[in-house]
Amino acid sequence: MLEPVKVSLEALNLATLMPMLVAIAGGLIILIVDLLKEDLHKSLYVMLTILILIIDLGATIGFSGNEKGFFDLMLIDGIAVVTQVIILIASILFIPLALTSKRFHEYSYPEFFALFLFMLAGLQFMVSSNNLILIFIGLETSSLSLYTLIALHNRANSFEASVKYFTMGALAAGFFAMGSAILYGLTGTLELNQIADVLQLRLGDRAVLPISIAGAGFLLTAFAFKLSLFPFHTWAPDVYEGASAPLAGFMSVAPKLVAFAVAIRIFEMFIKLNVEWIQIAILTLSVITMTLANIMALVQKDVKRMLGYSSISHAGFVMSAIAIATTKANSAIFLYYGLFLFTNFGAFTMLWVSRHKHKVHHERYDHPYEKFSGMIHILPAGAVVMALFMFSLAGVPPFSVFWGKIYIMSSAVDVGMVWLAIIMGLNSAISAYYYLKLVVYMFLKEPTSTISRETVYFNVSKPLMTILGIAVFATVSSMFFVQPLLDYITHMVQISGF
Amino acid sequence: MEHILTILIFFPLLAGILGFIVDRDSAKAYGISVAGIEFLLSLWLWFSFDMDNADMQFTEFLPIIKEFGISYNVGVDGISLFIVIMSAMITLIGIISLNEEKIDNIKNMIVSLLFLEMTMIGVFVALDAIMFYIFWELSLVPMLYIIGAWGGPTRVYAAIKFFLYTFAGSLIMLVGLLSIAYLYHLETSVWTFNLLDWYQLDLSVNLQYWLFLALFIGFAFKVPMFPFHTWLPHAHGQAPTIGSVILAAVLLKMGTYGFVRFSLPLFPDASVQMIPMIVVLSIIMIIYTAMVAFAQKDMKQIIAYSSISHMGIIMIGIFAMNSEGLSGAIFQMISHGMVSGALFLLVGIIYERTGTKLMSKFGGLASIMPVYATIFGVMLMASVGLPLTIGFVGEFLVLLGFYKISPMATVIAGTSIIIGAIYMLSLFKKSFFGEVTNESNRGLKDLNAREITALLPLVAIVVWLGIYPKPVLKPIDNSVQKLLIDMKYKARTPEAKKSIISIQRAKEEK
Repeated sequence: MLEPVKVSLEALNLATLMPMLVAIAGGLIILIVDLLKEDLHKSLYVMLTILILIIDLGATIGFSGNEKGFFDLMLIDGIAVVTQVIILIASILFIPLALTSKRFHEYSYPEFFALFLFMLAGLQFMVSSNNLILIFIGLETSSLSLYTLIALHNRANSFEASVKYFTMGALAAGFFAMGSAILYGLTGTLELNQIADVLQLRLGDRAVLPISIAGAGFLLTAFAFKLSLFPFHTWAPDVYEGASAPLAGFMSVAPKLVAFAVAIRIFEMFIKLNVEWIQIAILTLSVITMTLANIMALVQKDVKRMLGYSSISHAGFVMSAIAIATTKANSAIFLYYGLFLFTNFGAFTMLWVSRHKHKVHHERYDHPYEKFSGMIHILPAGAVVMALFMFSLAGVPPFSVFWGKIYIMSSAVDVGMVWLAIIMGLNSAISAYYYLKLVVYMFLKEPTSTISRETVYFNVSKPLMTILGIAVFATVSSMFFVQPLLDYITHMVQISGF
Repeated sequence: MEHILTILIFFPLLAGILGFIVDRDSAKAYGISVAGIEFLLSLWLWFSFDMDNADMQFTEFLPIIKEFGISYNVGVDGISLFIVIMSAMITLIGIISLNEEKIDNIKNMIVSLLFLEMTMIGVFVALDAIMFYIFWELSLVPMLYIIGAWGGPTRVYAAIKFFLYTFAGSLIMLVGLLSIAYLYHLETSVWTFNLLDWYQLDLSVNLQYWLFLALFIGFAFKVPMFPFHTWLPHAHGQAPTIGSVILAAVLLKMGTYGFVRFSLPLFPDASVQMIPMIVVLSIIMIIYTAMVAFAQKDMKQIIAYSSISHMGIIMIGIFAMNSEGLSGAIFQMISHGMVSGALFLLVGIIYERTGTKLMSKFGGLASIMPVYATIFGVMLMASVGLPLTIGFVGEFLVLLGFYKISPMATVIAGTSIIIGAIYMLSLFKKSFFGEVTNESNRGLKDLNAREITALLPLVAIVVWLGIYPKPVLKPIDNSVQKLLIDMKYKARTPEAKKSIISIQRAKEEK
């Protein structure tokens, strides 16, 4: 007869579950509201979701670091908090974009908002654990919700995007499971810190090193899919094109940042164990990713696809920080995404503002460059705003992304990788070309006959303008809040021991 | 007026933002008023500047990102003072010369020019490497728009080429700046981008060498040194008159200023080691572009190439490593700004009247437009370096200074004056003398009041500083002496100590 397990509630530390529980309960509330009364307007759900997100943000900010719960399954350390705060802010910016002046299919379903909150809970689980199983569950929960969210956009290429993403995601999940299984077989545990301890002892063993590299390699492949690193990036532009513009903007920030946070946990463990292969592999992947994606972005005809390739390139850029593996580099990851968030999101919002139900400009693309030609003559303010986002993405100082860029470049210089900093610099120069291309279309070309105020501002509404305003403000005035942001991030990264 | 530099930087920015509200028809008057106030402020700076003090003056310091050592840090010394005044003046003259009827969207033009003015002044007074970099990069944006929106038929190509070349170069420079900050951090465990702190940094010769190269790439694209100069003829060829004026007069000076402010004091040994390379490149640049200028048919291209050629003279002056050469180079920066600015304005005037810049379409202009021909003649003489004009002082000092380094190279560089005289005089002869070859030119009007207002101050300065350059040369020389003494003190290798000639050593030798 087994002894009944006695666990005190305090030992569980339920508080660590609080942020995810808020999101899940919020999703359920939305479903219940829908059950009780049908045909409520989407604005209700939007506001409800924002309120839930704000409570979630409050619950997250409350943690001051390194809380454990559920027998160490949950780990809310500094990077978990920072990541959650950034993705929650991204979500708060994302949700109001549902309030467009034109009706879009997905927002008429309350399930959209419930799914979104479930996805968020999954992402939050993923980042707040040291346990490979919980990371895996979080990854799958969030991904499955995300596939559905993409497909809800209800166009042929959204379905295609969703299925493509699903297939690739399934493959990545397989790699992740394989990698975890190998590490488990090697060490007998799934907790990353325990894996590190065991590997530390056994790495001298000649048979162990290749196997652990194989395990790490499988995990790296899985993350390469998620972070759209070369050669596993091919899904990204299609998925970005198929998803609605706000969702694409969200996808280029939140899930990627979460994957980066987990990558810090997993791969820095290997780098600290002096497994040089992993460091070399990550560096190679990141250099190839940023260069290749930049070159691909040069030849795109559609602004959204260009932004898709550009965010692949940005991800490659940031990935090199994982290989650098200093506190400064790790802080740089969060700083970069904290600043990139506003700019990139703003750019995608601008596309959303100009979105038509049908492809009126081009038979293949929604947002061909021609659509924006001569915009300065029709909508000077809109053109200036979009140009600011483009300059910021290109890394022109003093706009937001520049600070992230120099911080990463500087941390590369610190560890003696000047060549990496130079490659980063040259890549920024290449990327300037395709960002400038849009600026050239907007400022230096004459408007085509089909373009009028309505064609560009087709989908505009007050909430969209507000979000754009916030994004522009953050992009332009970043110089003044980099200091407190950096203080906070560095502190948080330091207390989690990275 | 403790904060005069901050006012000088941000007044045009604020005015530019408010300028969006000003009515289109009043935009030019607004631009002239703002640029006029800015110019008066810069004159105020001159009058309240302590001429005997060689150090930085009117410094302001405000940390922005403390942890990373980035701060708002500005100051002005004799080297930058006159470049700042020149920037304000050229902007004012450029705005005065704008023809409201010919330029559509004049409001956007005025706003871009004011933004550009902010970045130009910012670059020359920044004492923080990151601030310098921010203004340096930001200056590309308004210029991109000015060339791309109001330029010639292939303006977009020229504008993008201009942007990408300088952007790529300056990113390498950024890596260099970050490395210096890191080395400083290694030595003192403090992060700072403060240039004055960096001056205290003692670097090994090998490191100096690499950092010099990194910064060299950034600056060389801007100067533009041979073989990085290919973007400039395109940019000049396509840019509107005002764009060429500011590009030639001020933006190119950013590169040479960067050498004086960063490369020389930070890497004295590497600078001395690099003299042969720089001199070879500069001499190729001087002679080759002068010859190319001679082969041009388009007046504006002649002036564009001659302007590259003169930038070469400035470069060898900077690397003469003695006070004559260096002061001469800085003086030449100012004189080149005035003269090439005026020449581009003059070409713009004839282009506006006839729609062509080809020399073959002109001839005998002197009889139709006597005032125009006179002013053109004066500027042309100044450009060639005729004594008693502003061009002579700088060129003479540079060649005198460089003679101490290498008489041979000086003689070769000096031939550029002869080639310069040949192509400039042949330009003058073909276009202005002889019979009127093109009958349709007979009806051309001479300069109007607006154009004379823009050009006369330049003529006055060209003659005044040509005859009596002392008020400008003295503060420049003061700060240059200090720079050389610091360099000499900092230099590690004996060759560098020997090559850098400061007054102190000259006294010792006596």
